[in-house]
Amino acid sequence: MSTPATTIFSPATAARFDRLVTLYPVKRSALVPMLLYAQDEVGYISDAVVAEIAQRVGIADHDVRSVLSYYSMLRTKPAGKYNVQVCTNISCMLRNGFGILEHCKKRLGIGHKETTPDGLFSLEEVECIGACCWAPAIQVNYDFYDDLTTEKMDQILEDYKAGRGKETV
Amino acid sequence: MPRLVSHPDEVKIISRRFGQGAADIDKYIALDGYKAVQTAIAKGTDWIITEMKASGLRGRGGAGFPTGMKWSFVPKQSERPKYVLVNGDESEPATCKDHVIFLHDPHAVIEGTMIAGLAIGSKMGFIYLRGEYRYLLKIMEKAVADAYAKGFLGKNIFGSGIDFDIVTQTGAGAYEVGEESALMESLEGKRGVPRIKPPFPAVVGLYGGPTVINNAETIASVPHILLMGGDAYAKVGSERNGGTRLFGISGHVVNPGVYELPMGYNLKKAIYEVGGGVTNGRKLKAVVPGGSSTPVLTADEIDVGLDFDQMGKAGTMLGSGGIVVIDDQTCMVEFALRTIKFYQHESCGWCIPCREGTDWLNKTISRVHAGGGVEKDLDNIRYLAENMLGRTFCPLGDAAAMPTIGFIKKFRHEFEDHLNGKPCPYAHTEEPALV
Repeated sequence: MSTPATTIFSPATAARFDRLVTLYPVKRSALVPMLLYAQDEVGYISDAVVAEIAQRVGIADHDVRSVLSYYSMLRTKPAGKYNVQVCTNISCMLRNGFGILEHCKKRLGIGHKETTPDGLFSLEEVECIGACCWAPAIQVNYDFYDDLTTEKMDQILEDYKAGRGKETV
Repeated sequence: MPRLVSHPDEVKIISRRFGQGAADIDKYIALDGYKAVQTAIAKGTDWIITEMKASGLRGRGGAGFPTGMKWSFVPKQSERPKYVLVNGDESEPATCKDHVIFLHDPHAVIEGTMIAGLAIGSKMGFIYLRGEYRYLLKIMEKAVADAYAKGFLGKNIFGSGIDFDIVTQTGAGAYEVGEESALMESLEGKRGVPRIKPPFPAVVGLYGGPTVINNAETIASVPHILLMGGDAYAKVGSERNGGTRLFGISGHVVNPGVYELPMGYNLKKAIYEVGGGVTNGRKLKAVVPGGSSTPVLTADEIDVGLDFDQMGKAGTMLGSGGIVVIDDQTCMVEFALRTIKFYQHESCGWCIPCREGTDWLNKTISRVHAGGGVEKDLDNIRYLAENMLGRTFCPLGDAAAMPTIGFIKKFRHEFEDHLNGKPCPYAHTEEPALV
């Protein structure tokens, strides 16, 4: 249960993790946020991420794996640089959420949880993202886009392709 | 970016600072911010609880438990530290009210957390946001840092001799974590599976200490209640349902948005006047009144007041305040299917009636919608759902069963229309233009 001598993370993330475990009555409380922040940096939860985080919170690797398999945002394989998450839950469904999803499938040439060959985009049909009153809505990584039409959707994909998309981390 | 809406029938209490830049701490202070917590320190614990009880505020997460009473259940003396836990895991489909609170008035959440802490004698609060709300987490983190920089959080808050710390937390995608005991598990770094009750969190909660868990909207209402007085707040609402709440109107409605309406406001008016009526001049078929887990109302059942008791009498629930408007071109079997698919996906698998029940409901309704259903399936759907009620560790099982029972009871004819290999009579072929 300690800060590792060597780290796979950037100095900023490592420093953030050093602090994160001190905020709670027990270190393990930092586990879920650490997994998400690690994924933001590495792209997915690799074996090396599991090993280092297990050491940082002082639990076994398999314990970390048991937690990470529960949360839908955490993944153990790389996704595209821009993960397009289309909500099709009820409020979005009523306002053409499925149409947006189908449109993305056609435009990107990929299906649910697949990645384009160039690694730029991945696509995911997701459950409610809390943007119901501005439906249909999607997230690209952490950024929300709402009141969508297929035309707006095309523009968003074009912007990311050209490196002009929003990128909140 | 969520657009702000407005309607003359709104009573702006929680949303008073929306759109005024109150995420900035100085602006928040200029708009009466951090006054309520100072009054609370001066007047003491008993006064806070008395005002909260007088306000008639009931939990905005959906269960509607009186907040003042919840706080009074926490034992005064405790060997273990006590905690305040703010539930911002907002994940119930059709619910996006906490989204706008975190965006427009993050300090109200902080101030409410501090007041809850004072009321129960806690020195530490956690504000848990769902993982998808990263940009809102950043707004909350900045607000907390600004409050520390001003000396409002940390040691000796407002010269009271009381210490209070707040930590913000992110989830990583799980509806179930919105259930209070699963929320505590998640915050302790575990899988979000529910705990058995009793003991209730007020006695044994986070890290084994007495814990008050409140929805973010409930907490954000607290400073306003202390500023205006519990009695005045209660008067805004209806009987035994104090104040206002943020209603999210979504679906086939002309002016969707989050509106702050007094408790007891008429649902029909909320749809036709506040929401501007059904899109494309179509007729209303049904309304899901309080998030996806609340039983559906048909178009002729909506002349009812939006509070916990009146909605209960109407055979449904006020829930999370997410009103979904459904037009007459919608296939209710498809709607029921999308709803149960969600609960099947989100069931944590901890207990069997929910894990297996949601899965079989999903399978059966899928088959019916695809045209492969038989008459007996319709009885089975209802029988299965009714047998899940009250037989699960946490309310997720009920949340899946209740709407399903509602759909099959009130729209059985639409399920029948799909039997014997008939194609869905309501299938959409073109992209709808919503006006």
